[in-house]
Amino acid sequence: MDFLRPASWEEALAAKAEHPTAVPIAGGTDVMVEINFDHRRPEYLMDLNRVGDLFEWEVGAESVRLGASVPYTRIMENLRAELPGLALASHTVASPQIRNRGGVGGNLGTASPAGDAHPALLAAGAEVEVESVRGSRRIPIDEFYTGVKRNALAADELIRAVHVRKADGPQQFSKVGTRNAMVIAVCAFGLALHPQTRTVRTGIGSAAPTPVRAKVAEEFLNAALEEGGFWDNGKIVTPSVAQRFADLCSAACNPIDDVRGTASYRRHAVGVMARRTLTWTWESYRGARRITEGAA
Amino acid sequence: MRVNFTVNGRPQEADDVWEGESLLYVLRERLGLPGSKNACEQGECGSCTVRLDGVPVCSCLVAAGQVEGREVVTVEGLADYAGQRSCGTGDRTSPSGTARDTDSQTGEGTRLAPIQQAFIDAGAVQCGFCTPGLLVAADEMLERNPDPTDADIREALSGNLCRCTGYEKIMDAVRLAAARQSEGA
Repeated sequence: MDFLRPASWEEALAAKAEHPTAVPIAGGTDVMVEINFDHRRPEYLMDLNRVGDLFEWEVGAESVRLGASVPYTRIMENLRAELPGLALASHTVASPQIRNRGGVGGNLGTASPAGDAHPALLAAGAEVEVESVRGSRRIPIDEFYTGVKRNALAADELIRAVHVRKADGPQQFSKVGTRNAMVIAVCAFGLALHPQTRTVRTGIGSAAPTPVRAKVAEEFLNAALEEGGFWDNGKIVTPSVAQRFADLCSAACNPIDDVRGTASYRRHAVGVMARRTLTWTWESYRGARRITEGAA
Repeated sequence: MRVNFTVNGRPQEADDVWEGESLLYVLRERLGLPGSKNACEQGECGSCTVRLDGVPVCSCLVAAGQVEGREVVTVEGLADYAGQRSCGTGDRTSPSGTARDTDSQTGEGTRLAPIQQAFIDAGAVQCGFCTPGLLVAADEMLERNPDPTDADIREALSGNLCRCTGYEKIMDAVRLAAARQSEGA
């Protein structure tokens, strides 16, 4: 094994072009487990910790450009207002020690269906900025996950940042596991209200070969909210609408039975989380509306 | 490969390090610092917790090459580290283990960090395997948050598993250390 230690992003791209089999390592919370357990013996290990700008983020007008190596701890502490869904999801990642090292770039690189960041990214709307010596491109998050632990990266490409749309409404994240800390999701659900476009977006984790959106459920809910004038009248979402939304989210799953849970449990739990996160976010939207309008 | 880094304030050089080796392995097997424990090797148990440039991390998940030029504090250096913090000086006049008459086998006479003393006083140590990681994690929390709530303590220690104590005595120890710290302040 060779240990590559690029001092800059340009050096990293050059090294990846020269050695496409090189495995990038940043926080190491996925890669080192595989090496420690002899599941992987990469020919080249490429440390990205010396590339400083991967640890930086910028808050723009429309979105946050989040460097690939920004640890979850930083996201929780600094981006709760701009990226509430991702901040909540970050807080459920493993333990403080892991959150101090791991970041969204690694979650995207590993592309595990159980990665905690994915439902939040899908619900908020995001683009992954990837680059190689050939050039840079942005991959929409909906096109990024291509299979179980597979993503749309070419062999010579590295993830530089993820551009996440800033929240324009309440967002929630929910995750089922056996305890609060150190839990890999049995399944997870992210939901974001987008009052500006009057749309709702979702993200489902660990209940299909890849992280997915519940698009049919979103379309149903968008239409139902529009039809009932809910965005304007701020009424509670009709229980039958919430239930139908939950059922459609369950139907968007394509889960498996495994040690963490059965397929039918996952479908059920995703429905429950869908209904709950919809209620939580909608209540918060109604609350914010009341405050802005000054109504008693 | 060769890795140069600072451990507990002293420059260290590790030779013939395998490229896939973890920081934990380097500390234990190459530098003779077995305080950090090797249990799960997947970041689940926290018994290998060390400070990397001040930040608590699982040393089993840090590749050795990633620590080149960086600073690591292990449980062996905790008394010094905590001592420097409370004195507010960078002065290193009495490195642990050489200050007084010490017994390297029993640790008798070795200066302890307040959190270590609190673990002893509260009976928070049973088999002791999780203790080094808990000490490093708890000490870092007390540095950041001198007046923690129970929820703060639980969250700060949520990445450290103990299979003996049921955590109650550990909670007692951290509360005790926090109380002593604020009395001393």
